[in-house]
Amino acid sequence: MRALSALIAGLIFGLGLTISGMINPAKIIAFLDVAGGWDPSLLVVMASALAVSFAGYRVALAREKPLFEQRFQLPGKTAIDRPLLVGSALFGAGWGLSGLCPGPAITAAALGDHEIYVFLAALLGGMLLKDGLRPGAPAAGRPA
Amino acid sequence: MEITSFTPLSAAIGGALIGLAAVLLMALNGRIAGISGILAGIMAPLRGEGRADFSWCLAFIGGLVLAPLLAGLFRGEAIQISTPHPLWMMALGGVLVGYGTRLGSGCTSGHGVCGIARLSKRSLAATAMFMTTAIVTVFIVNQLLGF
Repeated sequence: MRALSALIAGLIFGLGLTISGMINPAKIIAFLDVAGGWDPSLLVVMASALAVSFAGYRVALAREKPLFEQRFQLPGKTAIDRPLLVGSALFGAGWGLSGLCPGPAITAAALGDHEIYVFLAALLGGMLLKDGLRPGAPAAGRPA
Repeated sequence: MEITSFTPLSAAIGGALIGLAAVLLMALNGRIAGISGILAGIMAPLRGEGRADFSWCLAFIGGLVLAPLLAGLFRGEAIQISTPHPLWMMALGGVLVGYGTRLGSGCTSGHGVCGIARLSKRSLAATAMFMTTAIVTVFIVNQLLGF
């Protein structure tokens, strides 16, 4: 059941990215190019997504546990530390260079553009560079 | 530089769907819809962390990949995208996004949507940081270097 619900959530998420145009690197870069022909669409996408998720989380998290799992798994860290800021700064630079972040890149994979595959291969390489191939290593952080 | 036009209606509808998907994943599976984390969940066996999250993470990614195909069917034509920056920037960008989202524990979805929706100060700080460096990067690349 939890794989099916994840599939449906992923499908809806991907439809949202597709319909809003966020899988198009040109549209992301046009948003980030505030001194050029600025396209504020991403701001509307975020505002709309936040309005729905803020309200929906209130309802969902008011329950004792999720429907198909025993407990909610929420990030426990609260400190604004160096890895958070350095990591986010590097991510932003990469986002600006490519016009892609992980969700849109994966969603756009089905469209067959080779630039997307180059990005995805580099993305996985960058993740491995951080997390490493370490069988038996301690957990390196939760999905966030 | 390619000009894309402001599309507020499709942006609002698409954004609402993204929010809905995040709420569903929380209500049903109790998980944050953070794509970099979900991708890392698929790669967890490579890190020796077991396969506990493997199947649902793979299913979510499968849903993402199917989405534009489904949308294309309904629209009756394939979805078009374009990549304005050269290929080496896509490759360098990919490495930075991969490394940075793991170091910073999240990306646009996990911090920018789910984290801020939970009023997490960490996510707010992360989002302010990646928005700033992304805008500065594009300013340098597009305005100063003229790509």
